[in-house]
Amino acid sequence: MSTEVTEQLGHGRGDAPESTRHSRVFRPLTDIVEGKAGVSLMLEMPGVASEDVDITLDKRVLTIRGQVAPTRPANLDLAYSEYGEGDYERAFTMSEDFDPERIEAELRNGVLTVTLPRAEAAQPKKISVKVA
Amino acid sequence: MHYPSTYGRRDPFALMRRMMADLDTGFGVRPGSVQFPAVNVWQNAEAVAVTAELPGVEADEIDITVKENVLTLSGERKAPEVAEGSRWHRRERGYGKFSRAIRLPFEADAAKVEARFTNGILHVVIGRPDEEKPRRIEIKAA
Repeated sequence: MSTEVTEQLGHGRGDAPESTRHSRVFRPLTDIVEGKAGVSLMLEMPGVASEDVDITLDKRVLTIRGQVAPTRPANLDLAYSEYGEGDYERAFTMSEDFDPERIEAELRNGVLTVTLPRAEAAQPKKISVKVA
Repeated sequence: MHYPSTYGRRDPFALMRRMMADLDTGFGVRPGSVQFPAVNVWQNAEAVAVTAELPGVEADEIDITVKENVLTLSGERKAPEVAEGSRWHRRERGYGKFSRAIRLPFEADAAKVEARFTNGILHVVIGRPDEEKPRRIEIKAA
């Protein structure tokens, strides 16, 4: 049985809802892997502390937000820049129901790992066909 | 594209050079396709600070070396361990060894380098040695 994970539309880098805190909202790069027990998502959110992550599951839409604590070394001016800082937001539509109580999340070195164990009822059941 | 307004402060042509470079490489280059790790460089007369985004790398797997005026960041991004028979739905993150050399505006002294790693962001502060500091020259009265 497969658990398709589709991305919510309208949450791309360009057309994300405007934030009142920062001017920029990034879409974190994500790995999604499905095992026997459930689905794991790994999102890259460098600069976000674990207390600033917000994960919600509403119906089948899993929304993950992270607020960045801006780094600005004291008394230094930015001379060269390859990355911008901003909050992270991304939403996924799950194809089956997960129990929000059992979702686990861990933030380590800027990577958020969200584990969604498959609900007991959703475990595939084998149905044997009786011979008539 | 990220053009901070602080560009013009020290070098009025830096912003223009950056825009010209963007024209050469093509706009809209995704951050994932630029060199890893992406770095920001900060400076003043006393020090240079380099911040780099290194999500998913352990602090003890990052090598920071300073030789003359070159700062090198290297290490490896390990792929996540998954159980056998797992299926990938999305694979956007990158893995593998990385090495990045950054030229500093002065010869650095390894004793004056400090590094900190928090939430996947590496901060390296390199103090400018006293002999490399700009000297103010007094004008003598005739």
